[in-house]
Amino acid sequence: MNDGAMIEVANLTKRYAGHAAINDLSFTVTRGEIVGLLGPNGAGKSTTMRILACFMPASSGTARVAGYDVFSESREVRSRIGYMPENNPLYQDMRVREYLSFRARLKGLSWRRTRERVGIVMDQCALTDVSRKIIGHLSMGYRQRVGLADALVHEPELVILDEPTLGLDPNQIRAVRQLIKSLGGSHTVLISTHILPEVEMTCSRVLILHEGRILAADTPENLQAKLSDGGQVVAEISAPLTEVREFCSDVEGVAQFDVTPVDGSFLRCVFTPKPGVDVRTQVFDEVRSRGWSLRELTRSRPSLEDVFVHITRAEKEEEEN
Amino acid sequence: MQVYLTLVRRELGSYFASLTGYVIIGAVLFLLGLSFTDLMDRLNSEATDMPITELFYQTWYFWLILLLASPLITMRTFAMEKASGTFETLTTTPISDAQIVLGKFTGALLFHLCLWLPLLGSIFIVRHYTNDITAFNGGVLASTFLGIFLVGALFMSMGCFASALTQNQIIAAMISFVLGIAFFMLSFRSFFGLPQNTWTSSVLARISMIEHMQDFVRGIVDTRFVVFYVSLTTFFLYLTLKVVESRRWK
Repeated sequence: MNDGAMIEVANLTKRYAGHAAINDLSFTVTRGEIVGLLGPNGAGKSTTMRILACFMPASSGTARVAGYDVFSESREVRSRIGYMPENNPLYQDMRVREYLSFRARLKGLSWRRTRERVGIVMDQCALTDVSRKIIGHLSMGYRQRVGLADALVHEPELVILDEPTLGLDPNQIRAVRQLIKSLGGSHTVLISTHILPEVEMTCSRVLILHEGRILAADTPENLQAKLSDGGQVVAEISAPLTEVREFCSDVEGVAQFDVTPVDGSFLRCVFTPKPGVDVRTQVFDEVRSRGWSLRELTRSRPSLEDVFVHITRAEKEEEEN
Repeated sequence: MQVYLTLVRRELGSYFASLTGYVIIGAVLFLLGLSFTDLMDRLNSEATDMPITELFYQTWYFWLILLLASPLITMRTFAMEKASGTFETLTTTPISDAQIVLGKFTGALLFHLCLWLPLLGSIFIVRHYTNDITAFNGGVLASTFLGIFLVGALFMSMGCFASALTQNQIIAAMISFVLGIAFFMLSFRSFFGLPQNTWTSSVLARISMIEHMQDFVRGIVDTRFVVFYVSLTTFFLYLTLKVVESRRWK
């Protein structure tokens, strides 16, 4: 696979009866990336994916997949993508192998290739045990994997998955994530979700969507780093309260601190450092020099959840002003 | 071609994999059975020189079956896919809308033809017990089935059109039932209370499906009728295609 942009979206807008589901969206995804579209319900994730999958046209703007326009060269685009819509619709009356073969044939695979690929994706998605079962009788987790297998069966360059872990139990979610991660590199993957740990674990880049616009686009790590001022340092120290208070106010670079007694003789000190300052070594050295005992020293990193809440809330406040 | 055949196979298979398919088969078998007993009564009561197919046609079960079964056959074609969301997975594969429409139409038409196969059985039974060679003629039988095929194609295309309009199967069935009844009613000139020999009554005479079918069961294949059904079917399939494509205009 050569390098270059797999998805190029420019000024994409989709209006439904006056209200814009997505508004002037622009982003690019390079080959081999796993990109997560993150946003609350109704943020325009599914709309964006449906346009990229050529299910419906945009009101304005352009979208290109592998260099082909999704509207005017839709056939070329559709042969290069594997798309799993939201809620994963399947033919309930078909058997698993039968369904996957049917889909592979629709996607233009020869008989021999169909047999080969269906076997491979059934292995990949752990469906071999249920290959002869009727889809309507399968559990949610299996159905979801049938949908995934269908999206992968023709070896698409781009895999678009709309909420792939919806309705799965924790073990199944882990398995699906593992599978998505393994697709990176050889495939380009675009997944949407409103579950934050999911993008944190699988994606190399996150686009945060809110009310049809991109609020932030970066790697999960960078997004967290941007909000590092939200991170606090927690230390549990065994010492008299007044001495600890005094010590806390002496620590340099602390914007705010709080001391509360916990069990026994231990006190829990929570430092909120000024941006860009790490007070952990300072605290440790001080505590050691005074001969106190220390049983915990941690820095809480903001999760993507904090980033997400922070960004979407900031947006709302801006609107209100 | 590969895609078309795959779609036809899937469509036809879906009728035999679902309860609806068997309910339709059961109901049609029942009505065909009733028509057979009717046929036997007639054969026993009076001497006739009509072909068996025409005798069968005169029992009127033909129209009852056609009008009732075709909305049930076609109601699921598009409406069910839209309701369950599989329409989205179907249209995002690299196949054209025309292939989808033709595939679904062909599947429905083939299933419709399967429904009429028991008729062959009853005709063979009559032939076996009457020992009358004139009562049975391969050509007449072929033209009867050509008629069933052509009229069926028209009803299936109307049904596909109705099904493409909505995502509710019941509504789809009702629309295609109304369309079917409307076309059928056009056959009754007296229904409109029109005087003979006006241009309207001569137009109605040409599009009377009852009379077209009457010719087919007698073994007469009139190319005008063939063209009539083929062009109307094409027209409704074209409308269906436009409805399916319309999601791209919205």
